[in-house]
Amino acid sequence: MSIDVKDQATGDTGTERRLNMIEAINDALDIMLERDNDVIVMGEDVGYFGGVFRCTAGLQEKHGKTRVFDTPISECGIIGVAVGMGAYGLRPVPEIQFADYIYPGLDQLISEAARLRYRSANDYIAPMTVRSPFGGGIFGGQTHSQSPEAIFAHVAGLKTVIPATPYDAKGLLISAIEDNDPVIFFEPKRIYNGPFSGYYDKPVEPWKKHKDSVVPEGYYKVPLGKARHVTEGEALTVLAYGTMVHVAEAVCEAKGIDADILDLRTIVPLDIEAIEASVEKTGRCLIVHEATRTAGFGAELSALVTERCFYNLEAPVERVTGFDTPYPHSLEWAYFPGPVRIGEAIDKILKD
Amino acid sequence: MADRPETSAAPKSNKPALQLHVPEPRYRPGDEVDYSHLEIPEAGTQPRPDETSDPKDMLDFAYGLVRVLGEDNKAHGAWDPKLDADTLRTMLRNMAMVRAFDDRMFRGQRQGKTSFYMKCTGEEATSVASSMALASDDMVFPSYRQQGILIARGYPIVDMINQIYSNKGDKLKGRQLPIMYSSREHSFFSISGNLATQTPQAVGWAMASAIKGDSRIAATWVGEGSTAEGDFHSACTFATVYNAPVILNVINNQWAISSFSGFAGAERTTFAARALGYGLAGLRVDGNDALACYAAQQWAANRARANAGPTLIEYFTYRAEGHSTSDDPTGYRSAQEREEWPLGDPVMRLKNHLIELGEWDEDRQSAMDLECAELVKAATKEAEKNGILGHGMHHPFHTMFEDVYEELPWNLEEQAEQAIRERQVKWPKGGPGA
Repeated sequence: MSIDVKDQATGDTGTERRLNMIEAINDALDIMLERDNDVIVMGEDVGYFGGVFRCTAGLQEKHGKTRVFDTPISECGIIGVAVGMGAYGLRPVPEIQFADYIYPGLDQLISEAARLRYRSANDYIAPMTVRSPFGGGIFGGQTHSQSPEAIFAHVAGLKTVIPATPYDAKGLLISAIEDNDPVIFFEPKRIYNGPFSGYYDKPVEPWKKHKDSVVPEGYYKVPLGKARHVTEGEALTVLAYGTMVHVAEAVCEAKGIDADILDLRTIVPLDIEAIEASVEKTGRCLIVHEATRTAGFGAELSALVTERCFYNLEAPVERVTGFDTPYPHSLEWAYFPGPVRIGEAIDKILKD
Repeated sequence: MADRPETSAAPKSNKPALQLHVPEPRYRPGDEVDYSHLEIPEAGTQPRPDETSDPKDMLDFAYGLVRVLGEDNKAHGAWDPKLDADTLRTMLRNMAMVRAFDDRMFRGQRQGKTSFYMKCTGEEATSVASSMALASDDMVFPSYRQQGILIARGYPIVDMINQIYSNKGDKLKGRQLPIMYSSREHSFFSISGNLATQTPQAVGWAMASAIKGDSRIAATWVGEGSTAEGDFHSACTFATVYNAPVILNVINNQWAISSFSGFAGAERTTFAARALGYGLAGLRVDGNDALACYAAQQWAANRARANAGPTLIEYFTYRAEGHSTSDDPTGYRSAQEREEWPLGDPVMRLKNHLIELGEWDEDRQSAMDLECAELVKAATKEAEKNGILGHGMHHPFHTMFEDVYEELPWNLEEQAEQAIRERQVKWPKGGPGA
């Protein structure tokens, strides 16, 4: 699946392997299934077929039917059996086919997986990585587009990871699988096949043109809780994750803004040090996410920045988010927090 | 609001009016109780199918009632597990210990030593006898009323009381409601308190054991009321799909707090019959008959170990006391129910069986009951040295923030510092109750 290319822009010799996000995730699962016999992959359509987004393609054939298998259509059951498997000593990596379908499994995640270590005083743990495609921008309508990360960030005991590049997707997924706490791993499906500038009417750019599609062979980790500097700048801080990292970057570039863009990578644990350092430097902060606004994770970020960096701030913290409506189908691009909404917020922050 | 079709109390056509059925138990407080409608077969009349039987050939077992101990106090029929006298005496002692423990802890709660307690009076056989049919390293996923499993597995009584008191000796660090025990060492899963969540977890553990080619099986216990949860349906589906080596024990004690079993569907069918739709083996058992409980669990364990499939067992029993120390059953059911319960008391029935065998007598029973009471009393005194709830002898404040994650994140470090700062102001002498 690797794409051997000779990248003229970087003058690369062709030894670099460029993957899209799906291939990078597949690679991480393959490596972990190979390295650790306790890792198992399960979910709806993940076995023989290889997943509706192809993230598990070829894994059953390679690792066997008792390591990679299909499940009944029961998210409660998938997460529930994963808790039991974790208690046995396995490291289950269940896939929930769309983040929008995760809700029947919430009791098993919130009341069981998240609290097992605490309530048993470390007697039992639930080391699982729940992978799930999330976010909109693919005309998925209101049941295939949601970004429910704030629900999970609110739950003590869960970690929530959202990669924005193929390199990170692989390294973060390996870290998540090896983590001894339950991890929600949301994969922004809009950028499975290429980064997204937010200009929905422009052709999709493939990942192979992006520097972070270079994915090394073999095992490597990107630690949970460490943000990534996308660009370094002085004018304002942008806090984003997933698809919105790329949209924010494209807008800042188009407007010629000297932005300090942080890709948070994981919202729990949160890299508070990186956030504080950036805002102390710029004095201005924009938060961008695709999820609905009210009580979204941006509210938490805004509160933290205000509480901890108030005397560095030269303008109010701004949030750019989805609207407080279900994700609409035909009006998807009116809903999406794209370049216009972001540009307006940047102008407002930089006005004084 | 958009226009909606009008709803009206009066039907506008001549079609028969639909009626909603809201179940109602047969007896309410003060009512005379008559259990003659219950079909209770004589002990020993049920055949014992092969453990590898096809569930389709076991339909009668989902509606019948497996019974071993007869009115004559003798063991009858093919389900007699033929246990030796020492095993029977151990079983009786475990059950007596559970009863002595329940009595003392209930009083302890009334004396203000803890917040909450739940007895299992009348249901002792469903946990003690059935868990004795499992290997000690078979994994159990209990609900909150299976203290009998821990006692049968030799978990220290004093540790149970430390947990109930949430004191500084509590192995769960004072985090859990009383009786929500956990012991990995005793292959006893952490009790949740959210109902039926343990059922798919048990199936998952059993699937893991099968993935690894292990020989250990899993068993779970759930009340009849909470079989209505979606988790139980998921558990049955996953169990049958993967032929998981698991036993699903449903304790039908007739009452879920104040809701009788009819609110989980018992007016229409049995709980064992749930098995049929899934293609699971289903057994319905006299839950007050310790030998039948043992025999059914043993049958299901053999079946699971032979990769012959999961089993759903309904134990037909009666919750002789309130749901918990927070419940008063005189408010919703007839006190006569307990007196008239036609399957008797599980401890008395096993005792009478041992006496009938010439292996026991009333004097030894009295001495044993006294010994159990004394042991529990001594363990209580021992546990009280570690404190009782709300009297200052708890785990250090910092433990409140530990085990949320494997490592403390920055926000919990900050909050732990705050809790310790607040402590100086709120409790200058050290802590709550100090």
